[in-house]
Amino acid sequence: MIRYTFGRLSSLVISLIVASMVIFLVIEVIPGDPASFMLGINAREDTLAALRAEMGLDQPLVIRYFNWVLGMLQGDFGNSWTYKTPVAELINDRIWVSLPLAVYALLLSTLIAFPAGIYAASRRGSAGDVTIIGATQLGVALPNFWFAMILVLIFAIKLRWFSAGGFPGWDDPLLAIKSLTLPAIALALPQAAILARVMRSSLLDMLGEDFIRTARAKGLTRRQALWRHAVRNALIPVLTIIGLQFSFLLAGGIIIEQVFFLPGLGRLIFQSISARDLIVVESVVMLLVFTVIVVNFAVDLAYAAVDPRLRSRA
Amino acid sequence: MNKSFVIGAGLSVVFLLLALLSFVWTPYDIETLDIPNKLQGLSGSHLLGTDHFGRDILSMIMMGARTSIAVALLAVGIGLLLGVPLGLIAAAKHGSFLDELIMRGNDLVFAFPSLVIAILITAVFGASAINAIIAIGIFNIPVFARLTRAAALPLWERDFVLAARVCGKPPARISIEHILPNITNLMIVQGTIQFSLGILAEAALSYIGLGAQPPTASWGRMLADAQTLVSIAPHTALVPGFTILLMVLGLNLLGDGLRDWIDPKLRLIRT
Repeated sequence: MIRYTFGRLSSLVISLIVASMVIFLVIEVIPGDPASFMLGINAREDTLAALRAEMGLDQPLVIRYFNWVLGMLQGDFGNSWTYKTPVAELINDRIWVSLPLAVYALLLSTLIAFPAGIYAASRRGSAGDVTIIGATQLGVALPNFWFAMILVLIFAIKLRWFSAGGFPGWDDPLLAIKSLTLPAIALALPQAAILARVMRSSLLDMLGEDFIRTARAKGLTRRQALWRHAVRNALIPVLTIIGLQFSFLLAGGIIIEQVFFLPGLGRLIFQSISARDLIVVESVVMLLVFTVIVVNFAVDLAYAAVDPRLRSRA
Repeated sequence: MNKSFVIGAGLSVVFLLLALLSFVWTPYDIETLDIPNKLQGLSGSHLLGTDHFGRDILSMIMMGARTSIAVALLAVGIGLLLGVPLGLIAAAKHGSFLDELIMRGNDLVFAFPSLVIAILITAVFGASAINAIIAIGIFNIPVFARLTRAAALPLWERDFVLAARVCGKPPARISIEHILPNITNLMIVQGTIQFSLGILAEAALSYIGLGAQPPTASWGRMLADAQTLVSIAPHTALVPGFTILLMVLGLNLLGDGLRDWIDPKLRLIRT
């Protein structure tokens, strides 16, 4: 396990380094540097040079890359050009909307998908199974931002159970959770459809295995064999999908935030794109990619902890 | 012929025909505004109603179908054109440094959700349908590369490939003449799935303003326009939404149907 962890850890670090280089270079190819953008076309040459020096833009590419990375490692993401505040502060304000939203959605998705998938697999071919398959077929095809709009129309505008958008902050946790509920449902349902299908097919695979027949031959009832042996083993592939889904939910949140006017990372990133505040775009993208890579790493480790066969593969 | 295939193919063909028809005829011209008739409900003169500029929604759906299909199709094209050769090379050079490099590259691209790729590209080049195609296309590359490699690897162990190698065929020719024809079916099925994901991604991107720009019609932007109108004219949001849902559903069913049809073993498992 230690060797496996070490192997995965080194590829984690390499992935992060390469990803940061890619993001840095992509932002770098944009024509016109931020200094000239901030001062406009009529700026005098010496003012421009002074601002470039102040922002550190006169240094070579490699130096700037290392400054950026070293800064991030110390929690310093640089200063926003439009807000004039540290990017880290901007992110810190917004992440407490985006992250809870993604976690909430993941929780809902799992809570819906597990029972649905297990029920469908254990009663394969029944009316319930067919209904669940049909529902997942619709769920997979559902554009989540449109679903969000429909939720707003029904539950906020018509029924007035929830507010149509906005976020009151975490001073009142219950109110905060309530205002994240519709966005989380909109995000979770299409993902739950995918997860339920994976759960169902993984469980069906397991139910066909010899060890289930052995368990049944030993006198376990169908239900006991299902819960004690099949579900536990079926969870392994499901775990990977959950890891992947977290990154989808975090990125998908960017769109859902737009529907509900939530002040999360999505809002920040779009405002920064239109203001050409590229250091913010760069940092938020790096943060998202960092999260995806780290979550996938954690899933790999969890996978290996559950299934010892995988450890030898490293 | 199974039910999924028939329903899926039917829905897909309807949308394809609507898109093709829009090149020669639409019920109304979507570039002329007709403000007095704005936000009309479904009626005989406007089958699917009108939007906030009085434009005919059916005509906009037809024009939007063009955008959706073109973007998703080209994005699948990018994925196939770059992903399949990469997968073939990785499989032919299995275990080599090149194989490792290609697979690690795939992992890296997978760490960038398609939306994040789109955001990066838009930040650099601005929003347009072309950039949406590139963003979704990049996301498709590792999907096809991984699938190709996974499907090609067992083929390399087969006797007919061994025979070709004994005859002295170089790996590149074996990949093209023997491996590729055997994975085409799989690519068609995956292509259908990626096509439907592309429709969803295009809608999402143009909804948040990172996709096709006005005056190009797009389902996603129709939804963005409808957002503030949903309480007074729900049809402006319901029509484009159901259009996307039906198109994606159709493609997914088509993909499922094709897979069952191509691989009878799976058909047995399902029924």
